[in-house]
Amino acid sequence: MKQIYLDYAATTYIDPGVLQKMLPYLTTAYGNASSLYSLGREAKTAIDMARKDVAKILGVLPQEIILTGSGTESANLAIYGIAKAYQDKGDHVIVSKIEHKAVLESAKRLEKEGFRVTYLDIDSQGIVNLNELKKALNKKTILVSIMYANNEIGTIQPIFEISKIITKFKKENLLPAFHSDACQAAGALSLKIKDLGVDFLTLNGSKIYGPKGSGCLYKNQNFKIEPLIVGGSQEMGLRAGTENPALIVGFSEALKLAEKLRKKENWRLRILRDYLIKKVLKTIPVSQLNGHPQKRLPHNINLSFAGIEGESLVLKLDQYGISVSTGSACTSTDLTPSHVLLALGLPEDLTHGSLRLTLGRKTTKEDLDYVLKILPPVVKKLRKMSAIRL
Amino acid sequence: MKKTKTNWLYSQIVKEHFLNPKNVLWDEKNYQADGKGMAGNPICGDVMMVCIKVDLKTQKIKDCKWRTYGCGAAIASTSMLSVMVTEKGGMTLKKALNLKPQEIIKRLGGLPVLKFHCSVLGQAALKEAINDYFKKQKRKK
Repeated sequence: MKQIYLDYAATTYIDPGVLQKMLPYLTTAYGNASSLYSLGREAKTAIDMARKDVAKILGVLPQEIILTGSGTESANLAIYGIAKAYQDKGDHVIVSKIEHKAVLESAKRLEKEGFRVTYLDIDSQGIVNLNELKKALNKKTILVSIMYANNEIGTIQPIFEISKIITKFKKENLLPAFHSDACQAAGALSLKIKDLGVDFLTLNGSKIYGPKGSGCLYKNQNFKIEPLIVGGSQEMGLRAGTENPALIVGFSEALKLAEKLRKKENWRLRILRDYLIKKVLKTIPVSQLNGHPQKRLPHNINLSFAGIEGESLVLKLDQYGISVSTGSACTSTDLTPSHVLLALGLPEDLTHGSLRLTLGRKTTKEDLDYVLKILPPVVKKLRKMSAIRL
Repeated sequence: MKKTKTNWLYSQIVKEHFLNPKNVLWDEKNYQADGKGMAGNPICGDVMMVCIKVDLKTQKIKDCKWRTYGCGAAIASTSMLSVMVTEKGGMTLKKALNLKPQEIIKRLGGLPVLKFHCSVLGQAALKEAINDYFKKQKRKK
């Protein structure tokens, strides 16, 4: 059977070239980067080079890159680390309602510890309400965290505009710090820090054809943070534990390749994306696109089909070799539907009937034509056996 | 029973009933139900509709058709329910009213704990259908 993977926003395969670069560090070059002899220095050099490469892509200093174990860890480190380091300066944090759980749960944890958190609303297409942000900023605000692009609906936030608002409010002060989760944006959008105006940026490897369990946090050198993990003095004392050169090299190689392919891939994926959206909306009645039609990641498609439930749709499509995901409650562990789709103001039944397709490097027009052949009859059949009549 | 490892989300029996559901009410227009019941709501993501035909003499369910809006476990639960109440010449109404959700889960080869409510909802819709049948019978008298 045909296997069509359309869940690239969940994770990607590792690029074969990237894997090749990783292999020596999993086999022969196994030294500890803290050791003094050559085997150790080999590991140290690899990590230093990787850090430099990542810094170059972001246009920052190598010592501003903290290599971590995932996007989630980076986001935790940023939010928790900033809040703890500056708790004597203020107790207020601002995040958007559609942040990834890595950010939302970090914010909730801060709330439990006595911090106040403002959750910014979004409009019906997923853009953060900037007036609300302006109103929410106050003398006690130490951190603003707003994602670059959303993982479910692909909406791209006006990060530079947001940074201008924050900078204007800051005047001569350092705070509030501005963190952005760019896990979904890497490979699709510019990561140049000066174009974004952020103080902290979270990235990870598993969405950019790099290894899982890799990521980094950009930290502007003017800021301090409290580490989450203490021990040795690795990562400038901000993340203890023996470094994993294979993952670090894999992450930086993947990021380099993603940057190199970015413009060409964007162009190709945008055409494919819009082709599928147009065809689906035309062939399947009572269907809609969630998120912003233009300000969205080139590879993200998020649709809702009234009258059916997403989990059954995903499982049916799996039978045809199509791998996709849904924001339905039935796939979550707490039985609540996607907080992103709810924040868009979607009625609950449309959040249950949502389907996310995210395209990637191996996606072809033939793949999408296959989906277009399978999806409409599957939706039709599930609707026919649904207790809800449209 | 030897358990085979698969990459499917639920048990093999759930898979069979999800992919090839039994007794779906495809043609409601031409179906004369003796009793009809519904349970759940679209906000929770599960709605089930169950129709039954009853043998007046034996008070046994002779046919059961359904439609479900919900996840794979919900669809399979209603399908299995419809099989259980109609097999072996049909279940008596009394027995059907007392059918336990656990019995449906057992026949399905188990469900994840979070999905237990799927079997409860199917049973609730069946109860509604039986009570609807009783009401209609009373009216006839």
